[in-house]
Amino acid sequence: MDATRLSTIPDLEQVRAALRPAVRGIEPSGRIVVVARPGGVGAGWEADAVARALDGVVRTVGKELRGGATANLVYVEPGVTPGDLASTLGFLLEGRSAFIDGQSWRVAPAQVAAAPLAAAPHDGRIVVVTGAARGIGAAIARTLARDGASIVAVDIPAAGEALADVANEIGGTALQLDITADDAGARIAAHVAARGESIHGIVHNAGITRDKMLVNTDAERWASVLEVNLRAQMRINAVLLDPTTEGGLADGGRIVGVASTSGLAGNKGQSNYAASKAGVAGLVIAMAPDLAARAITVNAVAPGFIETDMTARIPFVQREVFRRSNSLNQGGSPVDVAETIGYLLDPSSQGVTGQVIRVCGQNLVGA
Amino acid sequence: MHHNVVVVGGNRIPFAKAGGPYTQASAHDMLTAALDGLIARTGLSGTRVGEVAAGAVLKHPNDFNLTREAVLSSALAPETPACDLQQACATGLETTMYIANKIALGQLDSGIAGGVDSASDAPITVSDPLRRILLRANAARDLKGRVAALSRIRPAHLAPDAPRVVEPRTGLSMGEHQARTTARWEIAREDQDRLAVASHHALAAAWERGFFDDLVTPYRGVTRDAILRPDTSLERLATLKPVFGGPEGTMTAGNSTALSDGAAAVLLGTEEWAREHHLTPWARVVDAQVAAVDHPGGADLLLAPVGATGRLLARQGLTLDDIDLLEIHEAFAATVLATLKAWEDEDYCRGLGLDGAIGRADRSRINVAGSSLAAGHPFAATGARIVPTLAKLLHERGPGTRGLISVCAAGGQGVVALLEAV
Ligand SMILES: NC(=O)c1ccc[n+]([C@@H]2O[C@H](COP(=O)([O-])OP(=O)(O)OC[C@H]3O[C@@H](n4cnc5c(N)ncnc54)[C@H](O)[C@@H]3O)[C@@H](O)[C@H]2O)c1
Repeated sequence: MDATRLSTIPDLEQVRAALRPAVRGIEPSGRIVVVARPGGVGAGWEADAVARALDGVVRTVGKELRGGATANLVYVEPGVTPGDLASTLGFLLEGRSAFIDGQSWRVAPAQVAAAPLAAAPHDGRIVVVTGAARGIGAAIARTLARDGASIVAVDIPAAGEALADVANEIGGTALQLDITADDAGARIAAHVAARGESIHGIVHNAGITRDKMLVNTDAERWASVLEVNLRAQMRINAVLLDPTTEGGLADGGRIVGVASTSGLAGNKGQSNYAASKAGVAGLVIAMAPDLAARAITVNAVAPGFIETDMTARIPFVQREVFRRSNSLNQGGSPVDVAETIGYLLDPSSQGVTGQVIRVCGQNLVGA
Repeated sequence: MHHNVVVVGGNRIPFAKAGGPYTQASAHDMLTAALDGLIARTGLSGTRVGEVAAGAVLKHPNDFNLTREAVLSSALAPETPACDLQQACATGLETTMYIANKIALGQLDSGIAGGVDSASDAPITVSDPLRRILLRANAARDLKGRVAALSRIRPAHLAPDAPRVVEPRTGLSMGEHQARTTARWEIAREDQDRLAVASHHALAAAWERGFFDDLVTPYRGVTRDAILRPDTSLERLATLKPVFGGPEGTMTAGNSTALSDGAAAVLLGTEEWAREHHLTPWARVVDAQVAAVDHPGGADLLLAPVGATGRLLARQGLTLDDIDLLEIHEAFAATVLATLKAWEDEDYCRGLGLDGAIGRADRSRINVAGSSLAAGHPFAATGARIVPTLAKLLHERGPGTRGLISVCAAGGQGVVALLEAV
């Protein structure tokens, strides 16, 4: 639904009128996407109220839909062209966005030429994926490689065997590296430079948990999580963004952080983890405007409950509760996170920057 | 037609004691893992490499086409040809030279050399008397004849023949041979222990500084060399009883290599091939030399590389001073120490047909990242462990630095090779 011309409260009736039959008639796993103007662009108080009202409506529709159908909202800034919007609408209308529900994010003008969605949007581009030996990182590597990317798969040396299997499966290269090492950024750049290339995108997926109630969290537990989940990627970004670094991030490149809904919402026993993951969200929002001149986009995804080896260890009953505490009544798959990252890395997603996209099936927490 | 041959990478699995974590792994599995780690690191998945040559010393009959089968199990393109080679403990170095020579001659643009050994999965054969009885039973025309033949089996016949690393012509094990050499060259126990401790400490330091992050891929949950004892000390080694050379012997389990399991592989190519595949050449393969000694006639079994070293240096117009790093395979600590003494011995060297003593080696240049005493010695894999280790060490030191590899082998043989950083 194009709601970009709605600016008054009576206009909202058009939303009700359009969505009522849509919700009733939608097929399983169908999609409702509302496109609207964001608030805060000088359209007046009532227009801003309307912009936010639409968010409330779409979230509610997301909760009312059944059978895997989703509802999401895209805020388009003035000046956005059809070409700027195409990758976002394509993503939301396809199966790739299966676990994204009740969300909103912004698209800014970026002069992307209107063209059909590319079958292999990452063709020939180098993408670095940290924590790629297993779980979500391995799925990211596989998904991006499927869409043409040449993957530099990074994980700690001890995970090298699984890392090699992933790299060989997707025709990428394996780089055994602890991202907290002082020279991690330089080692990544050297690996890419040796191959005579520069980096199109880096996905900071490697992450750890060291859960304890805050009262039992010592300085070591606190620091180690912040180190891996937040500081390491800041140090690596600094090296890769330095224009003098051979094998660094090219202009027009992409940085994607991996946050977490438990970070955004806070989660009992995860004060250190929440700090690091909310920090990732803060980081990408801060970096995006500063890198706009170089056409580098910076975004984060915030996964909710994703079925991985890690979450498979959660006791059954608790796991079942986590699965059911979202609008889609199931856990997400690593590939859901991966597809979202693929969308952000797509060159035609140039207008999407400084956004945090939750991949959580509209989890009850973390909004 | 001569092309520069460069070492562009290497990979091995962590080595481990026989009967340890790799007991359930076959030579095929380990060689495949070593290849796959190399392929992943260098981005060669699905690529047709010129040729793969590898081998094993302890080889199952059903591993008759070991390397080709490992290639088919690996991520390399199935059109990659392969062959098995064997040169005892120097197999991994000999396969390197086989591939390097073919590249130099323009027959290949790239290749992988390797070696694997599993002392855990060593082929076990039936005893000779049992084999004769079984063959007779098989040949018998009727059941009665078969029963008669089989009735001759005695319990003693059933004990399997475990593989023994003995010299067929002397009946002596490697250790017993080395014990004679150790005594002849008067190698003191303490010097051997000191060398063993240095090997463990150097290997541990190399692991600590991340040197092996792009040389080793973990396997079956083992992430570091399992034989390595970073905290070993002279005092601890001094408590061990001799295992070779009788009660007066100086050789112990601490200063002799352990029976090991492991696999290693080296990636070689022309400089152009390396460039096309976005790989950084570490070192050029300059030259190699094989030699043998008359050990049935009493020569020191494990000192054959001395003659090879002298001949190679003479051919290259180099002296020991021109060599920045030395990799002398630590079959036993005493092998290294006797080799160094032999290099300095004018008469011994002349006796080998050399012009004079090879010279005195600067001890600080030897096995700087540890060697077989600490890493372990899966026979055929050792050469393919040393080549990339040395190539990377030389590359770190800068273009033009030279390194020499010396590996002794069964049968009184030795292989020596020269690398130079690019
Ligand atoms: N699984 C979920 O439900 C979920 C939910 C929200 C967020 N996340 C986040 O998604 C990311 C991936 O999660 P996962 O479930 O796949 O976890 P995982 O534990 O299965 O995988 C994480 C990978 O990161 C690697 N890694 C850890 N520390 C590293 C370091 N210092 N250097 C290099 N690599 C390192 C690990 O070896 C591992 O292979 C993490 O950032 C996690 O916080 C996961």
